[in-house]
This record gives sequence, structure tokens and C-alpha cells, in this order.
Amino acid sequence: MSQRLLKVIGAGSAVSLIAMSAAQAQDISLTVVSWGGAYTESQVRAYHEPWMEMNPDWEIINDDGSANALAGLRSQSEAGNVTWDLVDMLPSDAQLACEEGIIMPIDHDEMLADGEDGTPPSEDFLEGSLGECFIPQIIYSTVVTYNSEMFEEGNYPETIEDFFDTENFPGRRAIQNRPAVNMEWALYADGVDPEEIYDVLATPEGQDRAFAKLDTIKDDLVFWEEGAQSPQLLADQEVSFATGYNGRIFDAAEVEGQPFEIIWDGQVVEFDGWVVPADGENVDEVMEYLYWATDTQRLADQASYISYGPARHSSQDLVGQHADLGIDMAEHMPTHPDNYFAPIELNNEFWTDWRDELAERFNNWM
Amino acid sequence: MAQADASMELDNRSGGSVEKMVTADGLPLKTSLRRAERRSKLFAFALVAPLLGFLLIVFIFPMAQMMWRSVDNPQIINTLPRTVEALEAWNPSAEELPPEEAYAALNADLAEGLERDRGAIGRLQGRLNNDVSGARAAVRSVAGQAGDRSEPFKDKFIEANALWGEPAIWRVIQREGRPLTASRYLRALDREYAPDGSIQMRDEGQRTYVALFMRTFALSATILGLTFLLGFPISYYMATLPMRYANLLMIFVLLPFWTSLLVRTSAWIVLLQQQGVINSTLVGLGIIGDDQRLSMVYNMTGTIVAMTHILLPFMVLPLYSVMRGIPPSYMRAAKGLGAKPWTAFRRVYFPQPLPGVAAGGVLVFIISIGYYITPALVGGQSGRMISNEIARHIQGDNPGLGAAIATLLLVCVMILYWVYNRLVGADNLKLG
Amino acid sequence: MAVPTYATPLEKLWHYTFRLICWLIFFFLVAPIIIMMPLSFNAQPYFTFTLEMLEFNPQGYSMRWYQELFASESWMRSIRNSFVIGIAATLLATVLGTLAALGLSRAKLPGKGLIMMILISPMVVPLIIAGAGMFFFLSSVNLANTFLGVVLAHTALGTPFVVITVTATLVGFDHSLTRAAANLGASPTRTFFKITMPLILPGVVSGGLFAFITSFDEIVVVLFVAGVEQRTIPREMWSGIREDLSPTILAVATLLVLLSIMLLTTVELLRRRSERIRGMSPG
Repeated sequence: MSQRLLKVIGAGSAVSLIAMSAAQAQDISLTVVSWGGAYTESQVRAYHEPWMEMNPDWEIINDDGSANALAGLRSQSEAGNVTWDLVDMLPSDAQLACEEGIIMPIDHDEMLADGEDGTPPSEDFLEGSLGECFIPQIIYSTVVTYNSEMFEEGNYPETIEDFFDTENFPGRRAIQNRPAVNMEWALYADGVDPEEIYDVLATPEGQDRAFAKLDTIKDDLVFWEEGAQSPQLLADQEVSFATGYNGRIFDAAEVEGQPFEIIWDGQVVEFDGWVVPADGENVDEVMEYLYWATDTQRLADQASYISYGPARHSSQDLVGQHADLGIDMAEHMPTHPDNYFAPIELNNEFWTDWRDELAERFNNWM
Repeated sequence: MAQADASMELDNRSGGSVEKMVTADGLPLKTSLRRAERRSKLFAFALVAPLLGFLLIVFIFPMAQMMWRSVDNPQIINTLPRTVEALEAWNPSAEELPPEEAYAALNADLAEGLERDRGAIGRLQGRLNNDVSGARAAVRSVAGQAGDRSEPFKDKFIEANALWGEPAIWRVIQREGRPLTASRYLRALDREYAPDGSIQMRDEGQRTYVALFMRTFALSATILGLTFLLGFPISYYMATLPMRYANLLMIFVLLPFWTSLLVRTSAWIVLLQQQGVINSTLVGLGIIGDDQRLSMVYNMTGTIVAMTHILLPFMVLPLYSVMRGIPPSYMRAAKGLGAKPWTAFRRVYFPQPLPGVAAGGVLVFIISIGYYITPALVGGQSGRMISNEIARHIQGDNPGLGAAIATLLLVCVMILYWVYNRLVGADNLKLG
Repeated sequence: MAVPTYATPLEKLWHYTFRLICWLIFFFLVAPIIIMMPLSFNAQPYFTFTLEMLEFNPQGYSMRWYQELFASESWMRSIRNSFVIGIAATLLATVLGTLAALGLSRAKLPGKGLIMMILISPMVVPLIIAGAGMFFFLSSVNLANTFLGVVLAHTALGTPFVVITVTATLVGFDHSLTRAAANLGASPTRTFFKITMPLILPGVVSGGLFAFITSFDEIVVVLFVAGVEQRTIPREMWSGIREDLSPTILAVATLLVLLSIMLLTTVELLRRRSERIRGMSPG
């Protein structure tokens, strides 16, 4: 008990010390790189704005360069001029960056807050989400969505198999211009068990099989590159189906009122989170900010702005209602039992190894 | 220069006899002139030097630096020097694994690398993975415990990752264990090294870039053809009108020319998309059904239409200026001599503006083969061009390959530029 | 190009068909640009004319996209950036380019061909290659994601236009004028400002305008080397087109078209003035 008290006092005085030195230093400015659009918006409202309100001398600048974050980090590190302070990244990119020594290794238990119930971070974050340099933030999924105005009532698609069935469900389909996720779905639709997808995909025959399945819908395909494009294509009725990130789809459907329906079958789930560039100028400030911005309540808060699941166990029960719409968010989370019936867990190790080759082949195939 | 003129006052004291001409300060005129000329040259060079220096540093050097990346290959030789040495005697074309010494050397290199600079191992993984899929995991699986591992290494390596039991990864270490490499150029030309070191085509499914270069050339040629088809009549029309009217019509050409590229590209999206102006008009007029809306954007059609529009002024401007100089009397004479209008046009008129056609044509072609923005925004997949691939690699996992493709493209452009120079001369470029 | 009275019906038919074709091509050139303008006043977030708009019902029109544009911090910042970067790059490019053009016109420099090739190269090298090169270079000298970096890159891209236009004005330049001034005792500086400058000014200004529009319209290099703080109007439009195609883009586009009409007029007037001064054109 007394030890805990000491800890609290220690932490309190540390915070006030930092606050004082910060007040003296004046105007701490952090450049945070993220994905832009509704996602950055959710981070701004859940993390950046409340923090800046509490700390008026902090300024957080948003840059939406996450799509090319690895190249950016590499060139900044090569030049010895790191201008980014905090970067939102996928775990596969984080793994490469970590091995190349351009982002900071993280001791999660040391550097991050315990869960609200006192669970240390290494247990509180969802299984398999922690990386050597990676601080998970959300669990999101890539899903197939359709515009219900483009189909006749009573004949709506329900499965990934339907997505590949151009006879019964005609119309153009938008998929991302990279192999990951699409090849998994091709095999899944072709009858491969979700658990075995990556074993099959690691063989030349499996890759041929996936491409053969993709060939069956090739004439109807449109390709998108960045997350914001797929709801756009769907809303403009350029396509009837589009694959996309569930949070952006949610945003378009619920906030903007677009007639979008998500097919949760075969949703591909993955984590996303923060990394801290090594040798940044504001590493101490960033860690101070992250300690707060990744605690139980904050992660739960983000779920009030976008339908991505918090990456902490302790945050799950705190997920409430959408901040503007007042609807319950829990049922829109990828991890909700109603949605999580046939998930495919994205295998990052597979993709760090195979992305060079398969990206080239996929590109060629497109 | 001014001094040279001033010094030309000749010394007349010698009474007009033709002696050596000297200047006021007693120097022979020839020397003085030569000096003045040299001074003038120096002065001229001093005026050019700031820009020349600026461009050499800010433009030419970065190009060279980028090209250097296409051959620069330090990752393997720097991180695995012992391994490369141990592989020297190994015959890569025999289907045999390297000897135990190579595995031992690799283990030692990895142990030292891990100690010295962990990031170097990460970069090595990335480099190997460019050429052998799975190499990243293979290195990762053995690098961690390299410091604690003892011999025999071979079996332990193969047990840790099966890739170490295949010659492919060793061939890459041996072949690419040099500070410079040509492998990215091979890749950019859809070729690769065979096990025996000879060069062969890559597998059918992996051939990408030659076809993309071809598509880029084909698209550029199509756009060139269209700009000519559209540019020739209006240039001719304007050239036959009185100057006043021609200048007014010129606004139709110059307005798009001066309008932002992004504005013109978004204009085409607005017009061509499924819910856009053209489709909605067609549906509204009942020409097509609501479910038959045409796909005219985010595909090759989009690229061709938008780029033709964007590049048309580049064809019209040189064409018009050449046509303006052709006297209309030639055509009249031909007709007067009994030629049919079409024959007169084909035989007498058409050959005359050909230099202008060539100039405009090469210009349009040069611009279009390097185009990036418009294909990226309206081209979708079928309208992609080689520049999109450069951008992807430069910001992806294989910037060296991006640099190699960029260098090849640059060579094409330089050849075309040379042709253009022969046709019109760079200093004769006309603007606006 | 009136039809001669003796033309056959077929020739007449061809004559009018030809005119029709030409006008269709002119229509193709300007229609896309013109059509966006009314659409930017659309009261609905669509890219097509609504029924109200076609009936000229005031309800169909609104200024909402312009309000949105002027209320948006990121758009306002990009407009500021575009002008700051454009003006800085233009000044630099104009000074460097004019000096170089003067030097080139003065004497037969050894290696003039090579020098000219280097000076023109930023205009010839595809932007994607320039952008990639700049990306690595500016990173390595700590200038990536800075205003100075973007300004330097844009200066390089703008200089060929200044060199070309100023060289063109110097082609008709009578060098005996400066010699006369020197003979009459004027210092080189005085000669430059009193004689040379007024004569080449139209070329300098139109070269400067070209440099400005080059920077103002440039996007590829900006994509590679600019951070979020240095985003320019084209960069903001790029994001807009790719992510959230709203009629705000049309509002920006309309304003840009007005700007280009202004620039076009200026350049045209300058060209005529220059030709008049040099006595190359009657008009």
C-alpha cells in the first residue's frame, strides 16, 4: 500500500516537474504522422485535443504520411534529420523499421500506463499485438462492403463467396492495389479454411490458386490505393462492392448516412499503432504524451469517434456511444461476437517475407 | 567589351604608314583585342556561373545521386565480408550447398553485425529479400543467437530455416556481395541471373516493366496521334484567319495552357465519372439507361482523354507558328495549275509545316512518357504508366529498383531531347 | 477563309464541316474548364447540374463551397504557402536566369551547348525523376520538409523558362546600344539599368511569370519533398481528389482559372509590348 502511495507521489511529482520544465521551455511542438481522414480525426478528438487543452503550451501537428511512413523514416534516418515525432504504422512496417534500427524499442511495462485495473501493459494489451518497437492502439479490420442501392432488395450478398460471384451479384468491385488481404480472400472464397490460408499461400501452387480465383472477377475490378478512396468509390456508385477499412466504412455509413452494408464474413483483422522514430528531438515529450494517450480510458475514447476496437482488454468495457450520433459503438467493433464469427487474422510475418515478390506479381497481374 | 571599342583608336603618329597597329597604351591591337575578348568571355561566364553552379548542386547532383542508388549495393559486402570471402571458391551452378566454412563465416558476420550495428542486419535482410522471398525471415531466424551458437553451423542453420538448405540464397550472397550491382537494371528489364551467372528472362508471371514501358510508349504515341489529329485542323484554321481573329481564337488554346494541371484533371473527373456531367446528361436525355452509365475515368480512357486535353496546346503552339509563315499563295497556285483541292493540300501544303509537326510531336511525346499526376489520378490500373511504378518503388522497399527504372526513363527522354534539339534547337523553344 | 463564289457544293459542304470540326475542338479545349465554374456554386454536393440549377432557380445555387474553402484552415494555409513559395522561387529564378541569359548572349562561351543543356535540363527531365532525386538530396542535406527545400527545388524548375524568355528578347537586342552608352561614359551598372534592363524587361517579367506558374502549379516535387507544413494548393487538391472529392475543389479550381486568365493576359500584353519595342511586329 505504502509502496503504491510512493509510486503515485513519485509519478505526480515527476509529472509536475515535467510540466514545470515544459512551461519554461514553452511551446512544445510535435509532428504526428497518421493516416488522414476520419482516422486522424478520431485521434485528434480522442487524444490530441484533450491533451492540448490540458497543456496549452503543447502543439500537435498532424501529417497524413502514414502510407509512405517507412520510406519517410528511412530517408530521415539516413539523413540524420528526424522531423517526425510520432508515427502511426502497421505492425509489419513497424517490424521492418525496428529491425533497421530507425524506430525506438519499447519496454511496454516500463514506458506505458498500467490498465485501469492495475494489469501491466504486457498482459493488458491484446494477445499478439505487442511488437518490439510497436505500441498497439486499435484493432481494425478490412471488410467487403456493398452499396445496398446497387442491389435488389432481398438479394443482398452475405459472404466473401458472394463477392467472388459475379453472376448472382453483378457490378464492379473495388479492391486495394496490393496483394495482402485480397489473396487471403481469394483462397477463403475458394474453400480454404481460414486457419490454413497462410500455409497454402506460402506455396507456389497456393499463390497460383489465389490468382486463378482473382482472375474470375478481374474484368469487374477497380483498384483503390488509399483508405479514403473506397467509400468514395462506393458512394459515387462507381462500384457496387468495395473492400475497405471498417472504421471508414462506418463513418461513411453512419455519419454521412451512405447506404453501405458490411459483410463481416471473412473480415481480415489486424492491429495498428504507434512507433517512435529513433533519434527524434522530442523523444521525452513523446513518451510523456504516449503514456497518457495509450492508457485505458484514452483507447476507449477513440472508439467513440470511429469503429475500431481498443487494443487493451481493460478498455473494452468502457467503449460507449458515438460522440456525435449517440449510437452504441460496441456492435460496430470488429471484435463484437456478432461480427467476429469467421475472422482471418492477418499474418504480418508472412507479408514481411513475401511482400516484395507477391507485390510485384500482383502488380503485374493487375 | 566597351574597352575593346575604346582601344580601337589607332595611333596615327606614324603618318599613315602601315606599321603594326597599336592601341593608346602601346599594346599591339591584336593582343589587346584578344585580351578584351577574353575579359568579355570571363565576364560572360561570371554571369552564367551562379545559375550553372546552382543547377549543378541543386539539380544535376541530385539526379546523379539518385542514379547512383540504382547501382549502389553496400549492404551485403559491408555486413557479411567473411561470408562473401568464404563463398569465393564455391561453384554456384552446381546444385550443392556451400561448405561448412561459409556457414561459420556467416555466423561470425551476423554475430559481429548484431554487436556493432543492429540496423545493418535489418537493411541486409531487406536487401536479400529483394532478390529471394523469405530471406528476411531466414536471416532473422539465425541472427538473434549468432553470438551463442557453436559449430557445426550448417545443420543448425538449415533447421532454423529451410531456406539455408537451398543454394538460391547463397548464390545471391555470392553474386551480390559486391559494392556495385547491375541486378536492378536486369530486373527493370524483366531479366535475372540464372544459377550459372548468365542472364535470362524472368518467369512469365513476373515480367512487369518491359510491358509497362511498352504501354507507356503506346499511350504516349496514342496521345501524340490524337493531339496531332485535333491540333492540325485548328492550327490550320487559325493560320488562315486574319491576325485579329486568330489572336482571339488563340485564347481557347492558351487558357487551358495556363490553367493549373490539377484543375484540368479534376475537371475531367467531374465530367467523366459515373455520376458526372456527361453520364448524367446522357441518362437525362434517355440515350443510355441509369444502369448503363459509361466507365470513362479511372481507366485508360481517362488517361488518354485528360492527357490529350492537357498536351494539345503543346502541339498547337509550334504548329501554328510554323503554319502562319506559309504563304497561302502556294495553295492557290497549285489549284490554279489544276490540282484538285485534296491533292493540292496533300502535295503542296502538308509537307511545309512538317518541321513544326515534328517539333510539337517530340515535345508532346517527351512530356507524356514521363507523366505522373494525371495517370495517378484518373488512370486507374489500366491507365498506369512507368512513372507511377517509379514513385511506388522509390517510396517502397526497393528504392534502388525505382532508381534503375528512373534512369532508363531518363535515357529515353535524353535521346528524344537530342532528337528535338536537332530538329529545332533548345534555344528556339517557344513559350506561350 | 470565306468560301469563294465559284466553289462547288461539295467544297462548300467541306468548308462548313471543317469549321464545325474546328469549333468542336475549341469546345473540347475550354468546355471542361468553363463547366466547373457554375458547378462550384452548386447547392448540393454533386458534380452535376441539378434540376434547380438548370431552371436557374436561385435555390439551386449557393456560396457554401466558397465559405467552406475560406473557413478551412488547411486550404488557407496552402494558399499562403503557394504564394510564399511561388514568389520566393520566382525572385531567385528570375535573378539567376536573367544573369545567365545575359552572359549567354554576350560572347561565344566555350561549351555553350553543354551549358545550355544543363540550364534547360530541369524543363526536360520528367518531374517524377526530379522529384525522386530531390527527395533523396534534400533529405541528405536536412532540407526535406522545409520551406527552403521546396523553394530551392522550385527555383531550379523555374530557371529554364526565365533563361529562354530572356534569351529570346536578347535575340533582337542591339548590342551597339550598350557600346554607345559606354562610349558616352556610362558605367556598366548604369548602362545595365538605363539601357539593357528596360529593353529586356518584358522578357524578364514574362519569364518570371512562367517561373511563378511553374512553382504555383507544381505538385510532383512537392509530393516528395514537402511536409504537411509546406503543403501548397496543388498538394491540397491532390489529397482532395484522392480522398474526399467535394465541390470545394471546384471552388478552388474556379479561383485558379481566374488567376490564370489574369496571368495569361499579362503575358500576352508583355509579349506584344516586347515585339513593339523591338520593332518586330507592326501591332
